[in-house]
Amino acid sequence: MTDKMQNSNPPHPSLFKATFAIVKKDLSAELRSFELVSAMLVFSLLVIIIFNFALELDVKVRQSVTAGVLWTTFAFAGTLGLNRSMSAEKDRGCMDGLLLAPVDRSAIYFGKAISNLAFMLLVEVIVLPIYSVLYNVNLFRWDLIGIILLGSIGYVAVGTLLSAMSVQTRTREVLLPILLFPVAIPVLLAAVKASNGILAGADFAEILTPLNILIVYDVVFIAVAFMVFDFVVEE
Amino acid sequence: MIIVKKLIKRFGLKTILRGLDFSVRPGEFVALLGPNGAGKTTFLRILATLSRPSLGQVQVAGYFLPQQAAQVRARLGVVSHQPLLYPDLTAEENLQFYAQMYGVANQRSRITEVLKMVGLENRRKDLVRTFSRGMQQRLAIGRAVIHDPEVMLFDEPYTGLDQDASEMLDDVLRSVAAEGRTVVMTSHDLARAADLATRFDILSRGVILASITQAELQNSNLLTFYKQALVD
Repeated sequence: MTDKMQNSNPPHPSLFKATFAIVKKDLSAELRSFELVSAMLVFSLLVIIIFNFALELDVKVRQSVTAGVLWTTFAFAGTLGLNRSMSAEKDRGCMDGLLLAPVDRSAIYFGKAISNLAFMLLVEVIVLPIYSVLYNVNLFRWDLIGIILLGSIGYVAVGTLLSAMSVQTRTREVLLPILLFPVAIPVLLAAVKASNGILAGADFAEILTPLNILIVYDVVFIAVAFMVFDFVVEE
Repeated sequence: MIIVKKLIKRFGLKTILRGLDFSVRPGEFVALLGPNGAGKTTFLRILATLSRPSLGQVQVAGYFLPQQAAQVRARLGVVSHQPLLYPDLTAEENLQFYAQMYGVANQRSRITEVLKMVGLENRRKDLVRTFSRGMQQRLAIGRAVIHDPEVMLFDEPYTGLDQDASEMLDDVLRSVAAEGRTVVMTSHDLARAADLATRFDILSRGVILASITQAELQNSNLLTFYKQALVD
């Protein structure tokens, strides 16, 4: 043991540095294995292909179901990713490694949430053009991309918190969707409504209410998670 | 360095630790021995700040738990039977991650120093998933000492290791202890514990039944002492 450490005050990394370290670690590990993103991606593609064949829609109806199909796909694929991301930490005992670090435990939440969001957005970036081709619907609109970003942030914010709770149980694969979907209903409904409005060419005033719900939901759940994450991971 | 008074830990209606008293002086290497279900891991998880005591007083490196857990964590290194490493990262990346989480200064040189200490310098760029169990456990010790902690906790570090790997781990543990750290290790392997520790405490049914130092043990056998403590 070196003298400098003995009886001195060891450094405590800042919330930002610890969050960045967790994000970097998650992205590096995923870049090597592609375990999580590949599962989410295959699942998403299967869902939109199944919907495409099952519904056999004409062009007009396709436009009206697009928001619903997209958000159903994102929600289920997101749940898959959230479950896997947290259970990988738990199964290898690495959650204890994170909890042993002298950092604010919110850093663990923010690090995992940002990684989960990055994985979800990556899947969405791949799914959107494929969906556009399969359903012949133009999805490349900045306002729609903004709604997808806000909806994904809200979904991941609450999903990361709930996955940290469910991962500590034996029935985590079942428990996460049971806990998550009821809590995520406001964000999913608002995202579907706003996306529908944008695709139907509605005025900004018409999508203002769901847009506000999305923003408020994101802020509230990020704040709630920041406050309670410490208690959630406590044994 | 570690002071525990009347520690009680309950899980629901089940009481695991029943008024446990325990203390360790700076630089001591204490082996905590006991049968399965004695409460060794529960006790170590409390010292490691991973679990809260139900009642009693726990002080580690001069700080009280659970109130000053962050200060304790900064001074603590923990090795369990799970290595707490990421298999899809290299040895160097794993240590770098933990060095960042502990705010270690001069990370590059510290990582090289630690890899040398655990004998994995030539495997620094290899993925941890390609490591044997013994190598993973040595790297786990590297992870635990990356921030130069004053107190080290080892929970059954020999689990799943073959003879060669156990001998290599012995050397690493000796070098960790030789640096003046305070060490508490739980183990079922009495021979290894007898070889490494300076004091042996027998824990059973949530209390310390007996304690003996290496010096006191010189004329007797640890196995005999262990069995006698459990019978009494």
